[in-house]
Amino acid sequence: MSARRIFSRPARFGAIAPYVWMVLFFLVPFAFVAKISLSQTAIAQPPYTPVFSLAGGLSALSDALAGLSLDNFRLLLSDDLYLASYLRSVVVAATSTAILLLIGYPIAYGMARLPKRWQGVAMMLVIVPFWTSFLIRIYAWVNILQHDGLLNQILLALHLVSAPVVWLSTDSAMYVGIVYSYLPFMILPLFATLTKLEPALEEAAADLGASPRETFWLVTFPLSLPGVGAGSLLCFIPIVGEFVIPDLLAGSRSLMIGQTLWLEFFTNKDWPVASSIAVVLLAVLLIPLLLYDRLQRRQLEEGR
Amino acid sequence: MSVITARPSRLSRFNVASLTLGLAFLYLPILILVIYSFNASRLVTVWGGWSLRWYHEFFNDRAMIDAAWMSLRVGATSATAATVLGTLAAVALSRGQGFRGRMLFSGMLYAPLVMPEVITGLSLLLLFVALEAERGFWTVTIAHTTLTMCFVAVVVQSRLVSLDRSLEEAAMDLGCDPLRAFVLVTLPLIAPAVVAGWMLAFTLSLDDLVIASFTTGPGSATLPIRIYSEVRLGVKPEINAICTLVIGLIAVVIVVASLASKLSSDRGESAAPL
Repeated sequence: MSARRIFSRPARFGAIAPYVWMVLFFLVPFAFVAKISLSQTAIAQPPYTPVFSLAGGLSALSDALAGLSLDNFRLLLSDDLYLASYLRSVVVAATSTAILLLIGYPIAYGMARLPKRWQGVAMMLVIVPFWTSFLIRIYAWVNILQHDGLLNQILLALHLVSAPVVWLSTDSAMYVGIVYSYLPFMILPLFATLTKLEPALEEAAADLGASPRETFWLVTFPLSLPGVGAGSLLCFIPIVGEFVIPDLLAGSRSLMIGQTLWLEFFTNKDWPVASSIAVVLLAVLLIPLLLYDRLQRRQLEEGR
Repeated sequence: MSVITARPSRLSRFNVASLTLGLAFLYLPILILVIYSFNASRLVTVWGGWSLRWYHEFFNDRAMIDAAWMSLRVGATSATAATVLGTLAAVALSRGQGFRGRMLFSGMLYAPLVMPEVITGLSLLLLFVALEAERGFWTVTIAHTTLTMCFVAVVVQSRLVSLDRSLEEAAMDLGCDPLRAFVLVTLPLIAPAVVAGWMLAFTLSLDDLVIASFTTGPGSATLPIRIYSEVRLGVKPEINAICTLVIGLIAVVIVVASLASKLSSDRGESAAPL
């Protein structure tokens, strides 16, 4: 007992370096995003008016406060383009998460029912694509879905279609890409909860006369809800801000918010507007982020 | 727990079908990409026989080689820094009960795992601009360290949680000070997870496009940035070759990491990421 307490003091000491690092490179940068989002666009390098500098003392501070503007946020509200982007991102993320759940659950369930020694192999097989480059996996789909790509060749050869179908630059291509990339993130948390279920519970339900279907919906599924929650958040949050997949696979008619931010930043060089987009995006994601943080904490620190 | 192994398999036909289709969906696109990288034809879709032509093309593409070299250096440097910081963070979280700011600390470590990359990238860039840091190798390395140390922390922490604490306590009862107990007892036990964490950090860094695009400067593009700008112009067989090389490199990394996690699972829980 006392040994553990002694050990915890150097452990706390060891926390200093990562703690300082994360404050400096994760927390403090958000302050800069907030700051720039309140400044005004300028044709300069860097392209925004300085908001506040410590060198000027108090008078500079009051000047700076007077110079702060909510113009960028007003712009976000007034221009339909931004609202449409946010809406599309949330809709795409919600739809993708639902599809991922529909596809991922049966796979995770199948894995959980494998004999114990095969489960490790199956888990490795699901993890490996997650290690393989994200960009490359999206590019692989560009190969397959392009005009004279493999999919159209197969469909033509089987006489299922008479002319090549346009797959690339459509929403369906984007959904395929998203589901493909995020599937491991859905399967793994589901698998983790499903393997921990006591098989005796399912057997008891069966002994008491429940059909396999009833057993699943009344016993297994409700007990796997923590995994459903973790997997859904693990997919939903990053998909809302996704850039690469919609950029390479979806059309350019309607943009997701990650693309809009990218466009404002890299093409329009409008850093203040890009920053205010990020601030609003963070606000949109705050509740899912907090939920995820709680789940993650519980899983890592209490569970097992 | 032993009840599970004793019972016969409960696999239904539906289970087998969903497993097979799921794995095919995950692997076929990558397999197709690799096969087409050996295609002799310039048209990506027409099969012109086996050839190494596009690999030749890649090795003569100066800009691409430079980008690949930059990515490898960033990957190795940031993965090493992330492994040290992430391991320290994991030890602090699982062994240092209730220090001040613990909630904030764990929140800062878990949030980047799901934080959209556009936000992380933009915020880091604004920091570097404010600090007037010259953008290039070091800014990308710092950015990648920040992201990947969180993954290392999660991998190492899941190993630490499953570790039998009485071993550390025994070492200290026998006169080890806490630091020696950590170095002599804990560290060897979590070493496989630490190795797996380094590998994961390395591959994540090698893969990242968005954060690198924000934080790099002119003239120092990483491999994903180069690949991305080529892919935007359309499918090129040379890109298939580069992607195959990257996949090959990652495959080597995975084999090493899985050997490491096998070592660790011989002693208990596996060190698989996530």
